[in-house]
Amino acid sequence: MPEATPSDSPNGDSQNGVQIDLVSGSRMEGLRSMEKIRMILDGVRDGNIVILEEGLSPDEESKLIEVTMTEISPDDFTGIEIETYPREEASDQSLLDRLMGRESTETLTVIGPANQIETLHKDDQLISALVSRK
Amino acid sequence: MGLLTNLKDSVSRVTDRLFASEDPKRIGIYGPPNAGKTTLANRIARDWTGDAIGPESHVPHETRRARRKEGVDIERNGQSVTIDIVDTPGVATKVDYKEFLDHDIEKDDAIRRSREATEGVAEAMHWLREDVDGVIYVLDSTTDPFTQVNTMLIGIIESRDLPVLIFANKIDLDQADIDRVADAFPQHETVPLSALEGDNMDEVYDKIAEYFG
Repeated sequence: MPEATPSDSPNGDSQNGVQIDLVSGSRMEGLRSMEKIRMILDGVRDGNIVILEEGLSPDEESKLIEVTMTEISPDDFTGIEIETYPREEASDQSLLDRLMGRESTETLTVIGPANQIETLHKDDQLISALVSRK
Repeated sequence: MGLLTNLKDSVSRVTDRLFASEDPKRIGIYGPPNAGKTTLANRIARDWTGDAIGPESHVPHETRRARRKEGVDIERNGQSVTIDIVDTPGVATKVDYKEFLDHDIEKDDAIRRSREATEGVAEAMHWLREDVDGVIYVLDSTTDPFTQVNTMLIGIIESRDLPVLIFANKIDLDQADIDRVADAFPQHETVPLSALEGDNMDEVYDKIAEYFG
C-alpha cells in the first residue's frame, strides 16, 4: 500500500475547512533536513497547519527561515507563523551529546501560513492560536 | 558514518577556535526588525572610526543587505580589541509588502522592498551559520521579548556555541523594561543602552571587549 503524504485529502476538497497535519517524531526521524523543510513548506503553502511532535533542530529552524524567505512572493505567500514551547536550556544536554552534534529537538512545534494563523497566547505550557481559512 | 562526521565537525570547530589567528573577530549584530541594530552599528562605527555603516529608519527592513565595517579598534583599559562589525537585516519568518504601504510607500516600491528584505533575511541566516564569530543580539526594550523569532535565533546561536551579548536598546523611552528583557534570556548577560542617545555606551564597550576580545 503506498504511504500517505500529508497533503493527501480524503475528498480532495479542503476549501470548507483547514487541514491539520500532525506529524509524528518517528515520521520525521527518517527524513533529512531539507526533506523535513520541504514537507513543512509544501503543507503550509497548501494552507495546512503542520504540527510536529518533536520539532526541528536549531540548524533546521535556521534553514527553514532561509528557505521560507526564498519562497515569499507578493499576493501569494507571505511566509510562516511558527510557535514552539521554549526549548530546554542547552546546558541541560550532556557534553557527549554536544560533542556528537546531537541537539535536543523534542518540543512540539506548530507551523502555518502567516496570513492564516495568529498566536493569541503563548507560555511554556500553552500555545493558543487562531486559525482562519484562506 | 553520520556520527563520525558530526564528531569530526565538532572537533574541527573547537580546534579552529582554539588555534585561531589574531584576525579580527566578525561580530554579527542580530535581532528583530526595528530593534535599532543599524543605529547601534553606526554608533560603534562613528565612535571608533568616524564613519557610519548605513542609513537608519523607523520603517521596518530598512537594512536589506548585511553591511560590514572592518577593523574597528575598541580601546578599553589600555587594551585594544579589533572587530569587524556585520550589521544584518532584521530577522522575521514573514514579510508582507502591504506593511510597507502603511509607511507611505508606493506599491511597486513596497514590493521591491519586500523582495529585497526576504533576500536580506536569508543572507543574515546564512551569515549566522557560516561567517560570524560572535553575536550582539539587539532587542527593543519597549516591546515583548518573548517572541518565537527571538527564541529561535537565541537557540540557533547557542547551538553554534557562539559568544552572545543581549543588548536591551531604547532605554531612553518611557516604556522601556530592561528586567523583562533580562528575564527572557537569563542564561545570557543583558546590557541596557540607548544607541540613539549614546546612553551607557561605556558599559557596552567594556562588555564587547570582555566577550569578543
